[in-house]
Amino acid sequence: MRHIISLLMENEAGALSRVAGLFSARGYNIESLTVAPTEDPTLSRMTIVTSGSEDVIEQIIKQLNKLIDVVKVLDLNDGKFIERELMLVKVKATGAFREEMKRMCDIFRGRIIDVADGSFTIELTGSGHKLDAFIESLDKAAILETVRTGASGIGRGDRILKV
Amino acid sequence: MADTQKITGAEILIRCLEQEKVKFVFGYPGGAVLHIYDAIYNQNHFKHILVRHEQAAVHAADAFSRATGEVGVALVTSGPGATNAITGIATAYMDSIPLVVISGQVPVPAIGLDAFQEVDMVGVTRPCVKHNFLVKDVKDIAITMKKAFHIAKTGRPGPVVVDIPKDITAHFAQFHYPETVEMRSYNPVTKGHSGQIKKAVKLLLEAKRPMVYTGGGIVLGDAAEPLVKLVRALGVPVTNTLMGLGGYPSTDKQFVGMLGMHGTYEANMAMQECDVLLAVGARFDDRVIGNPEHFFSKSRTIIHVDIDPSSISKRVKVDVPIVGDVKSVLAEMNELVAAEKPKQSPALKAWWEQIDTWRSKLCLNYANNNGLIKPQYVIEKLWEVTKGDAYVTSDVGQHQMWAAQYYKFDKPRRWINSGGLGTMGVGLPYAMGCQFADPTAQVACVTGEGSIQMNIQELSTCKQYHLPIKVILLNNRYLGMVRQWQEFFYENRYSESYMDSLPDFVKLAESYGHVGMQITKPEDVEGALKEAFDMKSRFVFMDFITDQKENVFPMIANGKGLSEMILAEDL
Repeated sequence: MRHIISLLMENEAGALSRVAGLFSARGYNIESLTVAPTEDPTLSRMTIVTSGSEDVIEQIIKQLNKLIDVVKVLDLNDGKFIERELMLVKVKATGAFREEMKRMCDIFRGRIIDVADGSFTIELTGSGHKLDAFIESLDKAAILETVRTGASGIGRGDRILKV
Repeated sequence: MADTQKITGAEILIRCLEQEKVKFVFGYPGGAVLHIYDAIYNQNHFKHILVRHEQAAVHAADAFSRATGEVGVALVTSGPGATNAITGIATAYMDSIPLVVISGQVPVPAIGLDAFQEVDMVGVTRPCVKHNFLVKDVKDIAITMKKAFHIAKTGRPGPVVVDIPKDITAHFAQFHYPETVEMRSYNPVTKGHSGQIKKAVKLLLEAKRPMVYTGGGIVLGDAAEPLVKLVRALGVPVTNTLMGLGGYPSTDKQFVGMLGMHGTYEANMAMQECDVLLAVGARFDDRVIGNPEHFFSKSRTIIHVDIDPSSISKRVKVDVPIVGDVKSVLAEMNELVAAEKPKQSPALKAWWEQIDTWRSKLCLNYANNNGLIKPQYVIEKLWEVTKGDAYVTSDVGQHQMWAAQYYKFDKPRRWINSGGLGTMGVGLPYAMGCQFADPTAQVACVTGEGSIQMNIQELSTCKQYHLPIKVILLNNRYLGMVRQWQEFFYENRYSESYMDSLPDFVKLAESYGHVGMQITKPEDVEGALKEAFDMKSRFVFMDFITDQKENVFPMIANGKGLSEMILAEDL
């Protein structure tokens, strides 16, 4: 099953490689991994999307907790949570395409953030499924380039991951 | 420990080791650690032991820790010095041994430029350390060392690497060693959950076929005393893993021997057939329980006590997990058991009768009548001659299993071997570490002619420091365990397992100024051992020419379960 794991870790050189190394050394899957400093600059927050049986997920959580730099680990799937991912898509925008792209972008509540003679760059935020749906709804020939951040997640309501 | 005077990073490092009351540093100098070695020259707080290869430095520090419970310390230079240390570090990591390994690094401005003798030590060691640090500011040396020692010895212990660039050891700073260290990201659990402990004790008291299985955690956690108390109060059988030997006295009647791939028939059968299993400081690894699917039993309840949550329910699903320091958990169990005053139930009596039936197979019996020296016989005599009180180190292979099976360890920290990583070549440096830890003790290195040659250069270190180690070489001219598997599973195709072109070990030992002996007849074994151990101040290398075809029994083949043993009598 797909799980989203959030963790807070010391914002130190090499911390990311400890997590990445753990996943590869123990043969765990990583679907996506995002990391950035938090409002407290000594801490980084990481969101890892992984999949595995309940036993494997339990081991992943335990092994992550064992890393010395990791301060806190939360399996978001243990409760209600929200996940979002950001995607930037550069699409062909010439002739009839130009109006069509604008319309598709509006339907998916994206924003055009760069306009050039032959292309638009669209910013789109949502769940992974929504981003997939947008890509599928476009003419393949119109897609020039895509970049996705991977999922970020946060618990709903009172579920707070903080030191 | 505030000091207004500024000193060099190298001197700060020495002061840190002094604060940690380090007695020995095992190491080898080189370019990146020259400032540190200069500071060592000018101090007398600890003794530096010069080995002949960095791998041996780490192994010796590791054995010093296994023998004493203190943190072992090794010092190596950058690049090849650092990479030579890796096998030692990985060995300690697999057996959870607390070490601080200090490695030199190229100067900070040269890092990443493929400088001479540069290797990314933090990157290379990441998968085989508990934690590692690269120190990039002289002001961070003291706090980093404090953290390194703290991390190495607390929680589930393990090796910590501190990589220090050369320029940092020449920079100046004030020395201040913190009294304590707080890390928000590292707070190992110590006390077990009381409710779970109560539940465990209730299960053990009500069990019909109880069994206690303990591992290296008992030795590392200094929990032999409360373990003995608990096992005796409950009147239950107990088995130790290879790493746990000595955690419970082997000569005690409640001890059913080592379990696992080469465990006793009674220990393995009792593990399989028990209804309540108390596992303490052990991890159900593949060499211990074999195939987890074959081990699984619906009628068995498992209680697992371990300081490391990730060891629980890793290979085997556990019913009552207890995360905590084994010593404190066992003490708490003892209090609860004492309040109950358990008496031997008819069910427990019947269980012991069953165990005695298994015991009557005498699975460790071996034929000793073909005029050749049997390796098992050498170990039995070694046990007699040393009165069961030696530090016994071993390498890896058949001789290791025979030492574990036939030397009856009654005390913890006496059996020193590489269980997890299975590193050939540890035996001699391990013996060095033990002898430094306890200079007047009897130290025996049980080895094979394959293993001993993997760190044979340390004969020179033993000469330099006059270490009176006794090497017990069980020389069968084969990589015995490899040969045994080839005999059983590869139709006697002995591919590359014959040890040809062996040196004359007697002359080799003598060339280093040691005593060399070769023993070829069974009737000479005991006398030779007595003679060797009577030479209390000499290093004696004993080359026992043993039966080439001897195999280790019982044996569980790969992928099989505990009750699927091959016994000597089956063949």
